[in-house]
Amino acid sequence: MNRKLPLGDKVLDAFVESRAAVSVLVVALGFACGTVLVLAVGRNPAGMYAGILQTLSGWDLTRGTWNARYIGEWIATSMPLVLCGLSMAFAARTGLFNIGAEGQYIAGLTAAQFVALLGPGIPGLHWALALAAAVAAGAAWGAIAGALKARFEVSEVVATIMLNYVAFFLSRWMTGLIPGANTYRTPDFPLTARLDDAFLRSITNGSRLNIGLWFTIGSVLVFWLLMERTRAGFALRATGFNREAARAAGISVRSATAASMAVSGAFAGLAGAVVALGSFSYGRVLGGLDNYGFDGIAVALVGGSTAFGTAAAGLLFGMLSSARPLMQSRGIPKEIALIISGLVVVFVSLRAAFKAAGDLMAARTAAAAASTGSENPEIEGGAA
Amino acid sequence: MNAFAGFLAAVLMMASPILIAATGGMISERSGVVNIALEGLMAIGAFTAATAHYFLEPSVPGSVWLSLVLACAAGLAFSAIHAYSSVILGADQVVSGTGVNLLSTGLTVFLAQILFGRERTEPFRLGIMPGVFGIYPTAIVAAAVIVGAWYVIYRRPIGLRLRACGEHPHAAASAGVDVKRVRFGAVLASGGLAGLAGGCLVLTQTIQYTQNTINGAGFIALAAVSFGRWLPEGVAGASALFGAAVALAIYMVNVEALRGLPSEFFSAMPYVITLVTLVLFSGRNYAPEAAGKAWEPGGS
Repeated sequence: MNRKLPLGDKVLDAFVESRAAVSVLVVALGFACGTVLVLAVGRNPAGMYAGILQTLSGWDLTRGTWNARYIGEWIATSMPLVLCGLSMAFAARTGLFNIGAEGQYIAGLTAAQFVALLGPGIPGLHWALALAAAVAAGAAWGAIAGALKARFEVSEVVATIMLNYVAFFLSRWMTGLIPGANTYRTPDFPLTARLDDAFLRSITNGSRLNIGLWFTIGSVLVFWLLMERTRAGFALRATGFNREAARAAGISVRSATAASMAVSGAFAGLAGAVVALGSFSYGRVLGGLDNYGFDGIAVALVGGSTAFGTAAAGLLFGMLSSARPLMQSRGIPKEIALIISGLVVVFVSLRAAFKAAGDLMAARTAAAAASTGSENPEIEGGAA
Repeated sequence: MNAFAGFLAAVLMMASPILIAATGGMISERSGVVNIALEGLMAIGAFTAATAHYFLEPSVPGSVWLSLVLACAAGLAFSAIHAYSSVILGADQVVSGTGVNLLSTGLTVFLAQILFGRERTEPFRLGIMPGVFGIYPTAIVAAAVIVGAWYVIYRRPIGLRLRACGEHPHAAASAGVDVKRVRFGAVLASGGLAGLAGGCLVLTQTIQYTQNTINGAGFIALAAVSFGRWLPEGVAGASALFGAAVALAIYMVNVEALRGLPSEFFSAMPYVITLVTLVLFSGRNYAPEAAGKAWEPGGS
C-alpha cells in the first residue's frame, strides 16, 4: 500500500504551502492544458491569447484598433462571478460546500424581476427595492439548505443540488404568471428599475457596465469585514475548522450553519439581480441555467475562499468568459474557456490532495525520525 | 388504453437512462466515493454515442449498439480523472466531481465544434428503434444492469468487499481488502454506466447531442440513489418514479385532468420528492457510513 507519492520536491512543497502561488500555478496549468488541446486539434492558440488580450486591454491586434467597451464588458461579466464566488467562499469558510449558488442566484434573479415589473416606479428607490428583494430571496433560498443541514443533518451538497432545479422550475412557472409574459420573456422593465449608469457606460464606450459594480465592490469589503473582523465571522470560521471544538467553545454550530448558508445565498441573490437588471432590459423566463453559480465554485476554489482572492479569481474567470466570442471569431471554439475552468477545478482538487499527502508524509517522517533517530528525514520521506 | 401503453413506453424510455446512471452512482457510493460527476459523464457518453452513430450509421449495421459500447468506454475512461484524484490522491470528492462536470460540458461542445463546425453534433437519421408495445430495448439494458449490480453486490465476494469499503474501510483493509483498488474500480464502473446511460438517452430521446441534452438527468440519477436508499430495489423504484415525473412533464398536455397544472410541477417533482424524503428519513442514516470520505492506509 505504501505508494511512492509524487511529491518530495522542495519547490512543489513551497507552492503547496502558499495559497496564492498555488492558485497561480493551478491557473497556469489550466491554460497550458488548454493551449495543448487547441494545438492538438490543429488550431492556432495565438487566437486564444489575442482574444484574451483584447478583453483585458481593449486592443484588437488583428485590426490595430482600441475600444474601451471590451474592458467594460469584462468587468460587467466578472461582477456576478465575483458575487457567486463570494457565495461559495462564505459557505466554504464555515465548512459547508454550497453547490447551490445557482439556485440562490435564480431566486435573486426572479425576485428582482418581479419587483422591477410590479414594484413602485419611483426613481432611485425602484431598483434599490429590487436589489433588496433579490438579496432577501437568495438568503431565504440558502437558508432552506442551511436549516435542513442544521436541523435534520441533510447533506448540504445533495440538498443544494436539488434546490437548484426546484428554483429553476419555480422561477419558470412564477415568471410565466407575470401579466404579458410569453414562454421566454416578460415585457420590458421600466427604466427606474434598470441598473444602467450613464457615466459608467460613457467611459466604457457603451458597454453593459452598471452600478452593480459598486455593489460588487461593496460585497467584497462586507465579506472581508464580516469574516475577518467580527465576532460572528470568527464563530463561522471556527465552525469551519473544527465543528466539535467550536461546539465545545460555546459556539452554536447549528445557528452558525444556518446563518452561513443565508449570507452565502444573499451574495448569490445579489448576483441574480445584477444580471437581471444590469444586463437585460426585460425579465427572462429561464430556458436553461446561466451557470454563474457553478462557475462561482471554480472562482472561490481558485481564490482560496478569501475576499480579495475571490475578487481576483472572479476577474480571471470573467475575462475567460468575456473573451469567448472574441476567441470564436478567431477560429478557436469558445468552449475552450469552459474547459480551462474545468481543468482549473480538477487541478485545485489535486492540490488539496498533494497537501494532504504532504502532511501525511511529514507525519510519517516525524514518526520514523522519532523511532529510528534518523537524521535525514528527507530520504525517509521520499521512501514513504 | 392505447394512450396508456404509449405513456408507459415513454416512462420506460425516460427511466432507463436514469436507472443505468443511478446504478453506477449506487455502486460508487456503496464503495465510499460520492460521484456527483454523473451529469458530466452522461454528457461524455451522449456525445460519444451521437458522434459515433452519425459516422457509423451509413456503413455499419447495428451501429447503435456499437455506439453504446463506445459511449460506455468513453464514460469509463473519463471517470478515471475522478477516480485518480478522489481515490488515489484522496482529493475532496465533491470538488473533483464538480471539476469533471465543468470539464465535460466544455469538452463535448468543443469537440462538436471541431468535428462539425457548430455547437451540436450533426443529427443521425435513426436512433434505437422501439420494439413491441413501443418499448425501447434500452429498458431491457437498464433491467439487466440493475439485476446484474444486485447480483454482484449481494451475491459475489467482490460485492461484499465493495460494501465493506463503503461502510468501514479500515475493517476491510485489515481483512486484506485493497480498499483503493476496490474504490477505483467502483468509480470506473460508475463512469462506464453513466456513459452508457448518456448513450441510451441520446439514442432514444433525441437526434443529436447539444449542451442541453442531459439537462439534469445525471442529478436526477444522483437523487434516485439517495431516494432509493442506496439499495438496488430502491434505486429501481426511484428511477421509475422519476422517469414517470419527467414523462408527465412532457405528455401531460394529452391528459385532460392534468392540463391545468404547469409542466414545471412535474419537472421539479424528482427534486422535491428527494428533498422531502431526505428530511423524513433524516433520523436514520441509510447512506454508506464512509461515503464521501477519503481513505488513507494506516491513518488510525
